[in-house]
Amino acid sequence: MRFGVVVFPGSNCDRDCYNWVDKVAGNEAVYLWHKDPDLKGVDCIIIPGGFSYGDYLRCGAIAKQSPIMKSVTGFAQKGGLVIGICNGFQVLTEAGLLPGVLLRNTGLMFICRTVELKIENNKTAFTNKYKKGEVVKMPIAHNDGNYFCDEVTLKRLKAKGQIVFTYHGGNPNGAMAGIAGVVNEKGNVLGMMPHPERISEGLLGGVDGLRVLESICNRTQR
Amino acid sequence: MQQDTKVTPEIVKQHGLSDEEYGRLKKALGREPNITELGIFSVMWSEHCSYKSSKVHLKKLPTTGPSVVQGPGENAGIVDIGDGLCVAFKMESHNHPSFIEPFQGAATGVGGIMRDVFTMGARPIANLNSIRFGAVDHPKTPYLLKGVVAGIAHYGNCMGVPTVGGEVVFDESYNGNILVNAFTAGIVSKEDIFRGFASGIGNSVIYIGSKTGRDGIHGATMASDVFGSGNEERRPTVQVGDPFTEKLLLEACLEAMKTGAIVGIQDMGAAGLTSSSFEMASRAGTGIEMNMDKIPLREEGMTPYEIMLSESQERMLAVVEKGREEEVLSVLRKWDLDAEVVGVVTNDGVMRVRKAGKVVVELPIAPLVHAAPVYERPAKRPAWQDQVQALDFAYPGDSRPCWNDILKKLVSSPNLCSKKWVYTQYDHMVGTDTVVLPGSDAAVLRIKGTKKGVALSVDCNARWCYLDPYWGAAHAIAECARNIAASGGRALAVTDCLNFGNPERPEIMWQFEQACLGMSLACKTLGTPIVSGNVSFYNETGKDAIYPTPAIAMVGVVEDIERHATQFFKDEGDIVILLGENTDELGGSEYLKQIHGKVKGAPPTLNFDREINLQKTVLSAIGRGVVKSAHDISTGGIAVAVAECCMKDGGDCIGATIQLEDRIRGDAMLFGEAAGRIVVTCDPKNAELLLTIAKSFSCPAGVIGKVGGKMLLINDLICVSIDELYKLWSGGLNKLCAE
Repeated sequence: MRFGVVVFPGSNCDRDCYNWVDKVAGNEAVYLWHKDPDLKGVDCIIIPGGFSYGDYLRCGAIAKQSPIMKSVTGFAQKGGLVIGICNGFQVLTEAGLLPGVLLRNTGLMFICRTVELKIENNKTAFTNKYKKGEVVKMPIAHNDGNYFCDEVTLKRLKAKGQIVFTYHGGNPNGAMAGIAGVVNEKGNVLGMMPHPERISEGLLGGVDGLRVLESICNRTQR
Repeated sequence: MQQDTKVTPEIVKQHGLSDEEYGRLKKALGREPNITELGIFSVMWSEHCSYKSSKVHLKKLPTTGPSVVQGPGENAGIVDIGDGLCVAFKMESHNHPSFIEPFQGAATGVGGIMRDVFTMGARPIANLNSIRFGAVDHPKTPYLLKGVVAGIAHYGNCMGVPTVGGEVVFDESYNGNILVNAFTAGIVSKEDIFRGFASGIGNSVIYIGSKTGRDGIHGATMASDVFGSGNEERRPTVQVGDPFTEKLLLEACLEAMKTGAIVGIQDMGAAGLTSSSFEMASRAGTGIEMNMDKIPLREEGMTPYEIMLSESQERMLAVVEKGREEEVLSVLRKWDLDAEVVGVVTNDGVMRVRKAGKVVVELPIAPLVHAAPVYERPAKRPAWQDQVQALDFAYPGDSRPCWNDILKKLVSSPNLCSKKWVYTQYDHMVGTDTVVLPGSDAAVLRIKGTKKGVALSVDCNARWCYLDPYWGAAHAIAECARNIAASGGRALAVTDCLNFGNPERPEIMWQFEQACLGMSLACKTLGTPIVSGNVSFYNETGKDAIYPTPAIAMVGVVEDIERHATQFFKDEGDIVILLGENTDELGGSEYLKQIHGKVKGAPPTLNFDREINLQKTVLSAIGRGVVKSAHDISTGGIAVAVAECCMKDGGDCIGATIQLEDRIRGDAMLFGEAAGRIVVTCDPKNAELLLTIAKSFSCPAGVIGKVGGKMLLINDLICVSIDELYKLWSGGLNKLCAE
């Protein structure tokens, strides 16, 4: 499988995601430069974490305007798989590919630590290798991970199973309903605050994140 | 300062040059300098940039060794770690600006040190820091702590360079002068190293990065003076950082270096354009001619004086092969950075600066570098030194004190408690290389594509340096090396940040001289040369100087990343072994300070032979895979060390039962800080092997207990629930951070 890792100015988990796809999971990875709309024939797009455009104005707000995002939006609308991690999640909400927004953490501080996540929906392209209700560990590292949406949207998210990950055993950032990751209604776009690419090797303390990639590969093989 | 401002004695004085220094300048120049030239010399000859008071002592430090690729004198030091790879690293102070404006002061300190590393062609892989604040109950401490930590987080997190460790210390000696020392390590292939040389007559001088503004003018001069009243007025001398631009600068520079067109490159740090251009030309023995009209400026009407002295952040100066400028400029444009050809390398050894066609600076480089003042300032042992070293402290007896309460008080004190509140604000995992997270002896990072790792540690016991600067500084080196060994690394080399008071006072100069001698001895004996560093003098307010604080950062190599160790006890039933010996030494201990309010006594003995044997033992045992945990015994003694092994932030805690047979007084046994000790654990089946390994290196070793249960028991002196201890330890900073 061929994964495209988007590089915005200020992306800083792009190299981690590339390594995750390429060296850790043994798939093909290519970088997608923000000024170039060419998607290079990828099967799945990863929008990595970082501080795209310095997080100026609003996290993800300027990235949304870049040439690559037009292509990403078109790709997603045609059902292509897109995953946004951390800042990538923020970009996807700004771009309107996912519902809701990510507000400043309620503690008003950057938080970097490993948290527990509960798998709420294992029927997605990104989580089919997990068990429903399973609790896994993944690191978070963000200033603005406090997921928020209006009540109607929240009801719809719940009804349609769009809530994929929730924080377990404590809510680190004040996210509504403990939401750590959501998919769009069609289920082909995932946004998540935790970093699966940071916990996919035993040497780094665990492999709970690897199944996100394995799920994607599993899905597309079928 | 307008170009036609007349240079009067008053103006010379304002620039911090002494009459003698001004005379020197005129003699070397053969005429009066103009205002811009005077400004240039005021920063070039400032203590911060010229090392005029420290040079004679720094020369005594060992700087060479088999692994050293680049010693002091460049932007960062470099050591060879094998496999064609090198580590570039340096530590630098940003004390004065951080006291005036903690957030930006600390942030730009981190930004500056990362530039020093990537300017050598290395990709930064880790930041560490050593930060020191005044007393916990000092009214400014919470504000300064929060500002500094947030500033470090802001810059490092945005850059995507993990902040993986460091030290946070509170002591009233820093009430008027906090310390912010930032360290960065980067990885570079041996053949891809860049240096700051303006070589090749006719080559182009290219300015890269942020536009030049009026910020930070005379920052270096500020850092070369003591604080008096009205420091807040100096806020405009503190620069403002933009980590986003620096991230672009990092990527753009590393990419531009690949073109092969860059001959030399240097970041613009203290004294900005002035020091970068002078240093590059000076190293190469060339001259530089620059056109001020080409410098990208933030605002109109800036004078040559302001442009040359600005300390605007996120700027680099590169020398590029003539005719290949476009190759470099196109990379910089790709990253949306300002870049301009602003000058040319010349053969006349002169720094010539033009503005609107007129020559505004014309300085012969070599004669002026040669004329730079070097002082052998008077040094005198303080009269009070004997008095503080004397310790007469009677043992209160086994039964009288409640050792449990003392242990609880120590582990919950701000200097010994969990620093989770600090390091969870730092992204310490980005880069996916951090194998040992903050909170253990040394940070360990793997190097992708190899079996290797690096171990990094920062350390200094400043109270010991105050009691005895010679041995205190030697201990700092030894403890860093011990931390690295306990993590499975072989110590390679050192960078330092020497933070002291006013060098014009003989007592301070004596402390400095002694610390350099102590470091020198330790570095020579342990085989860890000093390859880079920085001196920060004038850390005093009024008459109060800080404790002499030679902060040490050390880099070690882990040959097999799978064979590393953390300090945390692992499994029920594991055997606890003490490597080294407990001694009856209490001088300078945290116990004396915290429990008895005494800052007295001599630091513990440092026996280098034993130290070397100890480190060989632990390294060999970790390398053979028989060690499950290893922890250096330092502040708080063996009782605190074992407690730290039992507790892990957010993780599983486990108890231990310890039996010590030493025939020494109870407080020295529990809380004495004798050097050269490491607590290790192993599976019971490996205990014999571990003891044999120790014996083969003539390292004293003995079984002292067993891991397990929910209590920490030490003889019949300590009996405390781990859960309770964990609660106290993990919440130690709560009160301070809630303010």
